[in-house]
Amino acid sequence: MGLLDREFSDGNIVIAKTEDLLNWARLSSLWQLSFGLACCAIEMMATSASHYDFDRFGVIPRPSPRQADIIIISGTVTLKMATRIKRLYEQMPDPKYIISMGSCSNCGGPYWEHGYHVLKGVDRVIPVDVYVPGCPPRPEALLEGLIKLQEKIRHETLRKKTA
Amino acid sequence: MDKLISNDVKTEELVLNMGPQHPSTHGVLRLVVELEGELIVNVKPYIGYLHRCFEKHCEAMTYPQVVPYTDRMDYLASMSNNLGYAIAVERLMGIEVPERVEYIRVIMAELQRIASHLVALGTYGVDIGAFTPFLYCFIAREKILNLFEMTCGARLLYNYIWVGGLSHDIHPDFVRLTKEFIEYFKPKIVELNELLSFNKIFIERTANVGILPLETAVNYGVTGPVLRASGLKWDLRKNDPYSIYHKFDFDIPVGDGRMGTVGDSWDRYFVRVREMEESLKIIEQAIDQIPDGDVKAAIPRRIKPPKGTIYSRTENPKGELGYFIISDGSVNPFRVKVRAPSFVNLAVIGEMSKGHLVADLIAILGSLDIVLGEIDR
Amino acid sequence: MKTPGEIFEILKEKFGDKITGIETELPVEPVISVDPLAIKEVCEFLRDNDDLRFDTLMSLAGVDDANGEKTKDEDGYDIIKGGTLSVYYHLDSIQKGHKVTLKVSVEREKPEVESVESVWRAADWHEREAFDMYGIVFLNHPDLRRILMPEDWQGHPLRKDYKNPEYYQGMKVPY
Ligand code: SF4
Repeated sequence: MGLLDREFSDGNIVIAKTEDLLNWARLSSLWQLSFGLACCAIEMMATSASHYDFDRFGVIPRPSPRQADIIIISGTVTLKMATRIKRLYEQMPDPKYIISMGSCSNCGGPYWEHGYHVLKGVDRVIPVDVYVPGCPPRPEALLEGLIKLQEKIRHETLRKKTA
Repeated sequence: MDKLISNDVKTEELVLNMGPQHPSTHGVLRLVVELEGELIVNVKPYIGYLHRCFEKHCEAMTYPQVVPYTDRMDYLASMSNNLGYAIAVERLMGIEVPERVEYIRVIMAELQRIASHLVALGTYGVDIGAFTPFLYCFIAREKILNLFEMTCGARLLYNYIWVGGLSHDIHPDFVRLTKEFIEYFKPKIVELNELLSFNKIFIERTANVGILPLETAVNYGVTGPVLRASGLKWDLRKNDPYSIYHKFDFDIPVGDGRMGTVGDSWDRYFVRVREMEESLKIIEQAIDQIPDGDVKAAIPRRIKPPKGTIYSRTENPKGELGYFIISDGSVNPFRVKVRAPSFVNLAVIGEMSKGHLVADLIAILGSLDIVLGEIDR
Repeated sequence: MKTPGEIFEILKEKFGDKITGIETELPVEPVISVDPLAIKEVCEFLRDNDDLRFDTLMSLAGVDDANGEKTKDEDGYDIIKGGTLSVYYHLDSIQKGHKVTLKVSVEREKPEVESVESVWRAADWHEREAFDMYGIVFLNHPDLRRILMPEDWQGHPLRKDYKNPEYYQGMKVPY
C-alpha cells in the first residue's frame, strides 16, 4: 500500500481507508510464536539470526501463543504433537496466520509412506495460509513465504464475506 | 532442602508442566517438574513428540536409501550421522574406502562438530539470558554452512557421506576457503570467551549448577562432552578409533572444575568451546594432506551386506552415536537400531536437577545440548 | 582386555546352561546367548567381576526375529504366529576396554525378560523403548510405560506384522 510506506516530510495527517491502515499495521508486525518442531526449525532459527534477519520484516519471536499473530509450523507434525498444535493454534488471538514450512508439515515429506506416527500434512488439523516447499526450505524461501503472506494480508477486507 | 522447609508448616508439592511448546526446551520436549516451593524434587521428561519412525523406515529402504534419513536424526550434525552409518555398513561389508575419502570425511565431520557446538553454545546463551552471543555464533556457523553448500548443495541435510565414498568430490575452492575459515574462526573463539564464557553473570548462573558426578554419568551411559565434563577422558576418536583419526594430533578436553565443581554446567559448556579448538587443529592438519584420487570405492551397485550383526559407534558432537544393524543378506536392513547420544544423555536430567531451583533447570537442560530429532528418531 | 570367546568361557563356567551359546560365524562380532530370566544375574556378574568390569551399557535393542509361521490376512498384511523376539545388549568396559554383545530370545506370545535397569540405569529408557516398539515386557522394571508413542496407542509398531491404524483420535494416519 503505497502511501503509508512513504516517508512523510510535510504534515502529519494521513488519509487512508481503515482497511488499508489495519492491514498495513498487521502485515508489518507479524509476531511469531517461537516454536520449533524439527530440522526446519533450525533453518527458521537461521532465518531469525544475524545473516537473514527476520526482524526486518517485523517478525519478532514471542514465547506465548496469546501474544502471537503467526505460527510457523516448522517441521514434522507427529500424531502425538498434532493435538497440542491444535491447542496452541486455538490459544492465539484473531487474526492469526499460519505458514507451513517444509515438506513435512505440507504433506508428510520423507515420512509420507512409512511414517505410522507422522501426520501427513498439518492442514489436516489447522488451516494453512502459505505453504513453503523444501526439505528444509532455505531461509530465503521462508522469507518469500512471509512476503507472500504479507501480500495476502494486504488484500484482506473487513467486510463480511458473502457466499 | 530440609533446612529450608520447617516441619510444622504444611506444604504441598507442586507439579509444573513445561513444554512441549516452551522456548527453552530445544524442541518438543515435555518436562514434568515436581516442586517443593522453588526447589526441584523430581523431573520427568516425556518424549516422543517428534517420533518419526526412523527405524521402521530403515526396514523398508535399501542400504543407500537410509542415508538421507540419518541426516534427519541429529539435524544439527548431519555429516556425523552420515559418517556413522557409512562406517557401520562398510565394516559390515568389509569395504575399504580410498584415502582421499577418509580425509574429506574427517574434515567434514570436524567442521560439522564446530557448527553443532556453535548452535549449542549460542542457544545456551539465549537460555541463560544472553542473546548477543547467539547472533555471533550464527555468523560463524553460516560460514561453515557455505562451505558445505558449495560441496554438496545443501545447507542443513547433506546426504553427502555415502556407503563406500562420497556423493561428490569437493569443490576446487574448498581447500582455500576452509583455510580462510580457520584463520577467521580462531579469533572468534577468543571473542566468544570474552563475550560469554568468562562473563561474571554467566558464570554465576552455570558454575556449581547441575553437577554430574562421574559415577552417575557412567552408570547412565552418558557420553560425549557431558561425560568429558565430568572428568573422564573418553573420546571414541581416541579410545575406539575409526576412520583416520589416529593420524592426527589433538587433545581431549575434560572438565576441570575451573569455575566451580567438576561436572557442572559451566564445565559442560566450556568443554564444547575447547573441542572447537581441537577440531580446528584436526582440520588444519588434514586440509593440507588430502591426497588425490577417487571419491568412491569400488563397491557393487546393489549393496548387499552378508548376513550378520554389527554395532558400530562414532563420536558425534553430542556423544556416542551407535548403529546396530542386522543384515539378513538382502538389500534392505533387517533391523537398524540407533543408539542416539541425546536419548541417553537426557535420561540423566532428573538426577542432575534434584535440589536445584526451577530457573536452574533451564541452565541444566541447555548444558546437555539435546536434539529432539535424535531422541525421538 | 578379553575377547568375547574368553568372556563366554568365564560365563559358561559360572552360570552353566543359563548361557545358551555363542554365535561366532557372524562376520563381525560374536553374540553370546543368555537365558532371559538369568540376564540380570549375568549382567551383575559382568559388571562386578574384577576381570570384566562392564561398567556401561552402550545400547539395548529389541528385535523382531520374524521366524514364526507367516500367513497373510485379507488386506495382504503379514501375520506372524510363534517364533521369537530378541533383545540385544551391547556392553562396554571403559576401565578394561573390551566389549561384548549379549542376546536373549523370548517367545513372541509371552515376551518376558528380566530387567537390567538396576544394574545400569542406562537400561531404563532403552527397555521402555523396546517395550513400546515390540511389546517386550521387562520384569521388575520400575516404570514400564510407553516412551515414544502416545499412551493410548494400540500395538507395537516395529513388529514385522504391525498394521497401521486407519485413524488415531480422529486424524487420518495413512497418506
Ligand atoms: S521437511 Fe525436511 S527438513 Fe523439514 S522437518 Fe521435514 S524432514 Fe526436516
